[in-house]
Amino acid sequence: MSKIIEVKNLNKKFGDFTAVNDISFSVEKGNIFAFLGPNGAGKTTTIKMLTTLLPPTSGNVKVNNFDLNTDRDEVRKSFGIVFQDPSLDDDLTAYENMNFHAVLYGVPKEEKEGRIEELLRLVDLLDRKNDYVKNYSGGMKRRLEIARSLIHNPEIIFLDEPTVGLDPQTRNHIWSYVVDLSKRKGVTVFLTTHYMEEAEKMADKIVVIDHGKIIGSGTSDSLKKDTGAESLEEAFLKLTGSEIRHDEAGSLDSLRTHARVWGRTRR
Amino acid sequence: MNTVYILWLRQLKKYLRSTPRIIGSLGQPLLFLLVFGFGFGSIFAKAGEGSYIQFLVPGIVAMAVIFTAIFGGIELIWDRQFGFLKETMVAPVSRFNIMLGRTIGGATVSVIQGIAVLIISFFVGFKMHNPLMIFPALVFMFLTAFFFTALGTSIASRLMDMQAFPIIMNFLVMPLFFLSGSIFPLENAPKALQILSKVDPLTYGIDGLRYVFEGVSSLNPWADLVYLLGFSIIVFLVGRFLFERMEA
Repeated sequence: MSKIIEVKNLNKKFGDFTAVNDISFSVEKGNIFAFLGPNGAGKTTTIKMLTTLLPPTSGNVKVNNFDLNTDRDEVRKSFGIVFQDPSLDDDLTAYENMNFHAVLYGVPKEEKEGRIEELLRLVDLLDRKNDYVKNYSGGMKRRLEIARSLIHNPEIIFLDEPTVGLDPQTRNHIWSYVVDLSKRKGVTVFLTTHYMEEAEKMADKIVVIDHGKIIGSGTSDSLKKDTGAESLEEAFLKLTGSEIRHDEAGSLDSLRTHARVWGRTRR
Repeated sequence: MNTVYILWLRQLKKYLRSTPRIIGSLGQPLLFLLVFGFGFGSIFAKAGEGSYIQFLVPGIVAMAVIFTAIFGGIELIWDRQFGFLKETMVAPVSRFNIMLGRTIGGATVSVIQGIAVLIISFFVGFKMHNPLMIFPALVFMFLTAFFFTALGTSIASRLMDMQAFPIIMNFLVMPLFFLSGSIFPLENAPKALQILSKVDPLTYGIDGLRYVFEGVSSLNPWADLVYLLGFSIIVFLVGRFLFERMEA
């Protein structure tokens, strides 16, 4: 099997704070790869770097054989991403959100409509395609984001906590799409999640990161064996300790308050 | 080019779907038009300056344009906070095209808003000396809108939330508006005011609009055009620089 993501000695510093500290790992093509860690461990920072949103302080990264520093647009074409926070335009319809993405990624006109329809059907949203996204539920938005991330036929899909805040039914649904994608289309899946049983069930390979450093890697079984744990959750807690992490207070919360004050109608 | 088009289309759709926003941003220019227009009209005429409505309308049209434009630029903050910006920033397209599409989109919306105010002003007695001059008027409106959208975008690329918005309005946009000769003639204003007005891009936008609407202006309309174009290009390039270094 070939490596589709190769990370060597990747670092990210914000001033004095080291968010990602000299990590190296690789992802095999076609695998489901789980990147786990407590809040603030450096998962999202790493994903931001791998997806060109944040320049690394140092290190070498190859995505789909393209160098992150020099072939940025080729790297961008290679992956689709579902962000941790929603990234849809609520004032547009589902179809318009899909179309926007397709145009940005240069999907040929003659293929565009077919692909949008196929993907909306895959996530069971075809009959709602002309609804405004603001009328969608959390689970529907997630499904739409997954569909959107696939329009340009990426080799890799990044899923940053795609199931957070969703009910078990929707979670199951979403993971079944993901497993299906990986099996049927050979798309490499790079995911993060706090639900250890999800990672345990699906991931071919797991890397655990904490305080910006990789502290464990292998299959679910090998991690359990190494730590003498019964479940992945137990292994995870043994690796990362049980102290509660402080998540950064989101600026989104304060903005939401403001958005109300200013009247969301302006958007 | 497709990138620019789809970003432009998005701005336009969002604007047309938001009736409260359209009506809301008509409110302030109309208030200014009616209160100042009728309030100062007789004094202005007594001072021998002619019809105040004729003088005021280009300024009020510009007001509608710049307020909508600056807000269109600042909206970048919303796109960042609500996550949509990330979606555009991971796409394999140049930052330049993203910035250009956003700016042209914001500017188009602002011009529509300016036209709406212009139409309303016909009902309070405003007259254009030559109806065909609407076309050069659109050019001046668009350039003014482009400048202020790019300015808003530049500022927004450095701001993390909307809290600074009132500061921007009160300490940047309103002074630029008042210094531009929008509501009073600058000819007899104190020297300091006149000097400040020379570095205010809006001065040239409004002077140009006065020329095309009425056939009289204090500067050469071609000079207005060149200055406005120059200011717009500079602020766009600054904005592009900031935009490219912005964190999504």
